[in-house]
Amino acid sequence: MSTSSSKNNQVASTSKRADRPGGNRPPGPSGASHLVIEHICKAFPGVQALNAVSFEVREGEVHALIGENGAGKSTLLKILSGAHQADSGTIRLNGHDITIEDPRSARQLGIAIIYQELMLVPWLSVAQNLYLGREKQFGRGIVSVKKMNAMAREELHKIGIDLDPTIPVAELGVAEQQMVEIARALSENARFLLMDEPTASLTEKEIEILFEKIATLRRAGVAIVYISHRLEEIPRIADRVTVLRDGEVVHSSPVSEVTLSDLISKMVGRPMTAHFPERTAFKGAEMLLVEPPPESTRSRTVIVHAGEVVGLAGLVGSGRTDWALRIIGAVPSKNQRIFIDGKPVKINSPTRARNLGIGMVPENRKDHGLVLCRTVRCNVTMTILDRLAKWLGFLNTSAQSDTCSLYLDRLDIRCSSDAVECSTLSGGNQQKIVLAKWLARNCPIIILDEPTRGIDVGTKFEMYTLINELSKTGKATLLISSDLPELMSMSDRIYVMHLGNIVAEFDSRQTSQEEVMHHAFGYFDRD
Amino acid sequence: MSIRISATIITRFLSRYGSLVMLATLVILMSLTSKEFLSLNNLTNVARQVSIFAIIGAGMTFVIITAGIDLSVGSLLALTGCVAMTIIDKTNGDFIGITAGILVGAICGAVNGITVSRFRVPPFIATLAGLTVYRGLSLVITKGLPIVKFEGSFRFIGQGVIAGIPVPVIIMVIVVIVMQLVLSRTAFGAYIYAVGGNEEAARLSGIKVAWVKLWAYVLCGLLSGLAGMILMARLSSAQPAVGEGFELDAIAAVVLGGTSLMGGRGAVWSTLIGALVIGILSNGMNLMGVHSHYQLVAKGVLIVLAVMLDDYLKRRG
Repeated sequence: MSTSSSKNNQVASTSKRADRPGGNRPPGPSGASHLVIEHICKAFPGVQALNAVSFEVREGEVHALIGENGAGKSTLLKILSGAHQADSGTIRLNGHDITIEDPRSARQLGIAIIYQELMLVPWLSVAQNLYLGREKQFGRGIVSVKKMNAMAREELHKIGIDLDPTIPVAELGVAEQQMVEIARALSENARFLLMDEPTASLTEKEIEILFEKIATLRRAGVAIVYISHRLEEIPRIADRVTVLRDGEVVHSSPVSEVTLSDLISKMVGRPMTAHFPERTAFKGAEMLLVEPPPESTRSRTVIVHAGEVVGLAGLVGSGRTDWALRIIGAVPSKNQRIFIDGKPVKINSPTRARNLGIGMVPENRKDHGLVLCRTVRCNVTMTILDRLAKWLGFLNTSAQSDTCSLYLDRLDIRCSSDAVECSTLSGGNQQKIVLAKWLARNCPIIILDEPTRGIDVGTKFEMYTLINELSKTGKATLLISSDLPELMSMSDRIYVMHLGNIVAEFDSRQTSQEEVMHHAFGYFDRD
Repeated sequence: MSIRISATIITRFLSRYGSLVMLATLVILMSLTSKEFLSLNNLTNVARQVSIFAIIGAGMTFVIITAGIDLSVGSLLALTGCVAMTIIDKTNGDFIGITAGILVGAICGAVNGITVSRFRVPPFIATLAGLTVYRGLSLVITKGLPIVKFEGSFRFIGQGVIAGIPVPVIIMVIVVIVMQLVLSRTAFGAYIYAVGGNEEAARLSGIKVAWVKLWAYVLCGLLSGLAGMILMARLSSAQPAVGEGFELDAIAAVVLGGTSLMGGRGAVWSTLIGALVIGILSNGMNLMGVHSHYQLVAKGVLIVLAVMLDDYLKRRG
């Protein structure tokens, strides 16, 4: 084993010398940079993550990689970027067999990865991040900040980004940080850019900018492998698309040859007639009423009725989450007037909101939704511990596990037992647990902040079905989402937020995505 | 293949019960090297010495699981002793004195807790201030001089023996059992874990985070007061300089037990094991005639090694 790998290392280092991509040398024998992987297998304890996966990407091509969560997309990217090693199979770069031992050798081969969670040091400047670990070129011992900034400016300019290289990365938006990562990869002569869900946390506008950049890079001959959960992006930017399912390639073709619904049915392995379940709306009594703050002149009142799903649209950064956090008292607000069942209430803490029957599934399940190091049981029952406490605060443990298994069943949460840590579950199951803990509390009012972000298509559909079931039982649901089709299909009415104000209200059957987006962008400001 | 499976089982077992294995190894080693070690007399001695650290450690475990720390416990040990002894000295009310001592511990813990949870001072800073202030107050109360009293029923909780078992050991066992039950069986215990594991998620779930933290510090202070009473009774005196560095031994016991300083994980029983490891190690070295200077070095090395091993096993398991 060890001898064969050291032999491979030699091969890798010779091929590195032979056709170091991205340098000034002409590209390899095939005339263009060309990365081929063949029959790659990778197993983790208990699962075959990749099974004989073959895949190729050429210079100047955007290759989309899609599949449900756990299909093996990220594993594949990790193998290409050197974070994981394949168990078997070959990787060839411009006709030469290579091994990618670690992230460093991947970078030397011209393969760079941009993860969903960005890998920048927040309090270092843009330039310092660009050249992190490569400061030597700006002087030994003492680094010439001036030279570094100048070079960084040039590097950013090359991909058409106008950013001050001296400001700390923490002050940039997510999209700009992404640009910095791309610039860093290119400054290391990357010829292959692997992007793991780059648009997941971007606004519509930022996505446009990113797509423009991707187009520029493609023209410049960079090859891009692109993972996305947003299918509608694929035809816009990708040349080829490969669908992974359960670690195997089930489809690979030029994008022009397939339709989106084809792709979806290939991903889930079963035909799916619609993305969204049918909604039968019924409107009960008024449950939640949020008045605009008195200082605001253009904000509207938000009303949610029993049995209704009310959507809240708006660009990322428009203040939707903040608005919701104010309702549940997690962000202090002095003169927010809120009525529940027509009665004015004062909510100054999430505890108070909970006791009044408002539950919130927050946007970021890992940071705000779950205690990852605790068990499934603890998380599901976290909101009802006060009810489970008996004499001297001792928990009724049998009631606790009964409640837990009830909701594990009802939401079809997959875990080997309710005593496993939440960190071991998949994103979709984690998201269901966050919802389960509010269902356990039986809150009549539920706020869902981006409930389907980063979960696979199948789980999304389950989530939608659940939301519908909940509203049938008379719950008042407020749905915050950046996914417009989702918002339009799932909600009965839609409010639109722009710069912290509720600026418009629509019946979702009588409006269009364009109309909602216009208000979200504030184009009707001057009316 | 089967070798690999049993290896993972062992790794998992070690990562879970590593502190127990460490304790067992230590006991075996000590009993092999020293005949005296396993004598009833010596073991009773060790248990008595360990009791104070284990009692403080139980409270410390709560604080550390909330991702906090309490550096003031050593000073509290002195302050509560001085307050109690002053009252006992003036009034001859042993019971009142001891109650007051424990109460002072709880109050000082509450002050720590409020500083941390209400005013959002980082626990390290807040309790570092407590360490100085409470030590200072002990010196103020006693004018820097020890108060010695060789008579009185108060000495029972430090020196008494029931059915051959020293009273401090009995108190320790009760404290560990009660605190472990609170941690693993009550709603409050679940809150402690939740707050330490993810404060924001706990808050958004409607848990009163500030209240939970406050009570963790109150319990830690109260148990330090209790330990202060035992120490005072054992020494038959209140000494304003006593307990210096005890906070570090208590923290070491918690960490050796495998409780994470990052919060969200840990247990009280494992802190008891950690305290026993430290106690047996120093006892063993005493029996072997190791100079106390070298003992300090050995203790430090052991703590780092234990945490490194624990971390290694957790990553593999």
